Amino acid sequence: MRSLKQFCADFGWPRIIIFFFLVALFIAAPTVGVRVDASLSDVFNRFGQNALFVLALVPMIQSGCGLNFGLSLGIIAGLLGATLSLQFGLHGAVGFFGALILASPFAILFGWLYGKLLNKVKGEEMTIAMYVGFASVMFMCIMWLLLPYTGHDMIWGYAGKGLRTTISVENYWSKILNDFLVIKSGPFFRFPTGEILFVLFAAGVMGLFLRTKTGTAMTAVGSNPDYARASGISVDKMRIISVIISTVLGAAGIIVYEQSFGFIQLYGAPLAMPFTAIAAILIGGASVNKASMLNVVVGAFLFQGLLTMTPSVINSALQTDMSEVVRIVVSNGIIIYALTRKTKVTK
Amino acid sequence: MEKAETLLSLQNISKDFYGNVVLQDVNFDVKRGEIIGLVGENGAGKTTLMRILFGMNVIRETGGYHGKVCIDGEEVHFQSPFDALDAGIGMAHQEFSLIPGFTTTENIVLNRESMRPSIFNDVFGDRMSILDRADMKARTVATIAKLGVNLDPDTLVSEMPVGHKQFTEIAREINREKTKILVLDEPTAVLTETEAEVLIKALRKLAAQGIAIIFISHRLHEVIEVADRVVVLRDGVIVKDTPTTGVTVRDIASWMVGRQVAADRADEAQRSFQEDILTVDGLWVDMPGETVKDMHFTVRKGEIFGIGGLAGQGKLGIPNGIMGLFPAGGKVKLHGKPVPLNEPRLALQMGMGFVSEDRRGVGLLLEESLEWNIAFTAMQIQDKYLKPILGGLFKIRDEAAMRTLTEGYIDILHIKCTSPAQKAMELSGGNQQKICLAKAFAIAPDLLFVSEPTRGIDIGAKRLVLDALYKYNRDLGMTIIMVSSELEELRSICDRVAIVDEGRITGILSPSADLAEFGLLMTGERVAKSTEDSNG
Repeated sequence: MRSLKQFCADFGWPRIIIFFFLVALFIAAPTVGVRVDASLSDVFNRFGQNALFVLALVPMIQSGCGLNFGLSLGIIAGLLGATLSLQFGLHGAVGFFGALILASPFAILFGWLYGKLLNKVKGEEMTIAMYVGFASVMFMCIMWLLLPYTGHDMIWGYAGKGLRTTISVENYWSKILNDFLVIKSGPFFRFPTGEILFVLFAAGVMGLFLRTKTGTAMTAVGSNPDYARASGISVDKMRIISVIISTVLGAAGIIVYEQSFGFIQLYGAPLAMPFTAIAAILIGGASVNKASMLNVVVGAFLFQGLLTMTPSVINSALQTDMSEVVRIVVSNGIIIYALTRKTKVTK
Repeated sequence: MEKAETLLSLQNISKDFYGNVVLQDVNFDVKRGEIIGLVGENGAGKTTLMRILFGMNVIRETGGYHGKVCIDGEEVHFQSPFDALDAGIGMAHQEFSLIPGFTTTENIVLNRESMRPSIFNDVFGDRMSILDRADMKARTVATIAKLGVNLDPDTLVSEMPVGHKQFTEIAREINREKTKILVLDEPTAVLTETEAEVLIKALRKLAAQGIAIIFISHRLHEVIEVADRVVVLRDGVIVKDTPTTGVTVRDIASWMVGRQVAADRADEAQRSFQEDILTVDGLWVDMPGETVKDMHFTVRKGEIFGIGGLAGQGKLGIPNGIMGLFPAGGKVKLHGKPVPLNEPRLALQMGMGFVSEDRRGVGLLLEESLEWNIAFTAMQIQDKYLKPILGGLFKIRDEAAMRTLTEGYIDILHIKCTSPAQKAMELSGGNQQKICLAKAFAIAPDLLFVSEPTRGIDIGAKRLVLDALYKYNRDLGMTIIMVSSELEELRSICDRVAIVDEGRITGILSPSADLAEFGLLMTGERVAKSTEDSNG
């Protein structure tokens, strides 16, 4: 009994409650006509789609830059990479990895500039980051129209220039990761093995990175910048490195998301993406200045589970469409909850 | 004149902070028009005494005080500084409390502005009155004249030289008609010699008008010059209360520091040192509150070099500047090689270590394990405690080695903790200090700076910390530069003690030197004279 209590305290009550809520939704699903196997498949798929965004938050949390509300910047770099890959007509695995490689220089450049900016506003990172995210998304709304893309399936048919709001990757690298070693069972269940493996690989590399000398220094900078400086660490440099890693992961995240989703969404689409990722890592038990790989995996799974199941079950039960409302209420509600309670990190 | 009349009388004042006695049976009287010089080392209880007099909240929140404060023969109980102001006590603080964007006039009459009614008064009451600037200025000019200094009523405070700010602060206090007692906390600390002289003249003038002044200062010659009577506090007790006539600076200095310590220094005679390890030439450090101006000294290999002095005089700036934590300049050489300043990493790589006085702020990763705290610097600077993985592709933390290291230090330094994985913030102050020492020892420096190693830790832990330093010095020949406010402590372990005043070393003494000598150096009396001599 005591060990159970201890376990609950360690794991964190919010997560236990969410977990049981999720289980309850699965149990309730068949009664309102929602298929459990299809739902499970959805949950895994969405976990894979979104986990990299959640992972992208870790370095900046560790280095004391707070939650990366400006993750949109990385997403924009990813979108540039993805659209360039389409523009160059890259297909299949080459197209997917080509998009990653094409996105990297943008992500590194954006991350470096963004990091320099954040170093100038220490203590206010999260507020500034949010505006950087918003401003960059809006700026790109102009750029998507002006950049000289020519791919005929990407640009507006009637004007002959400017990128469409939604571009299909169907003919290029749709589901390239999802279908790698995919496990099928029945007509509805598909386990996106490749995608999950990619996510786990990225998480593993990040976990190892945090144990290297640089990763250790980064964590120390987040824990106590004065201590780090007295130990000969360049605080600003470590913070910039963390921002660059975060931005690059954000770029990779959107490309993984697109291959699974099947479409590249431009213009206002990246606006809200940081918020769901932040809500996920906070559900996972991270705080504003500490996060672990376990926080990422648990958080991404619980949050995406919740987002998948709540609307489908509740919509079916109530015969209304309020999925978007639920999504926004849940993700922003969680962010408020977590930011107002800066408690210790749970393991 | 009614000069003999007792204005303020403090009777049997005692105060403790949670059992830690800081004032004990303090008695003294202040007469009308009298200037009292209140002196004492840091921590002697001067500030606490003034806080009691001023009715500061902090006193009540920590359990109040014992004894009586009487003004004009009547006992008073101040509930807040406002009561004290009403009773006629004015205080000019060491840190100016002036509004930079306001003029002299506006600052002096703040919240007591002259007003004339406006048309809105009938409806909205007095709050809608208009400032009568002409009258405000006239009042200011009168106040400044009373002080007898040259101060422009229309200058913005932000554009004034520091001395004028001090005058403005004092003028504000005496602008209140009721002010009978003026408390000045270190008024001359920021002033130049000439400004200080002007201030002293102004104070004499005020006293002649019947205002009593309590003058707190570390500059003893000024105290003797300005005060009628000097009151010396030491460890919360008044050790001397005497008229200044015939008292020398040397007397006051020895009363201030006057503890007799039986220095147990058996091996001192056999100590000998050869080459210099560190030479400091013209070092300046811009550390807020601890500015170092022009520092020259050399430290010999294998010795424990002590640096003492009063708070705020710059002794803490020395290690922080040399280790690159605050902007610094000048020539520093270690083993004859120049030390690059403002580069903490290079300073550490050259073989210098630093235990910061700011234990919780700079010294520790409070949220991380003891292993991290101790091994971190060695890992970052010397690539220790790393192991290769994936055939040498990456190097990651060697947790096992870190644990062994930490367990070793827990053993050697008797650190009380549940395990090496415990978080640093859960340890007591003394044990945290030992972690800081362990961190510095782990990089095995040739030269170790230790800054305020025993601040805020209990007696037993103090002993252990000092013993550890002593042991590393004797057994491993580690050269140690120890900066401390506690003279006793420096005298008990150091081979030589340098005293810092106003950002300069005023002298280097043997630990067995006469206490009065230390006191004189601390208050800058010695160097003031010698520079005057050299200037002719």
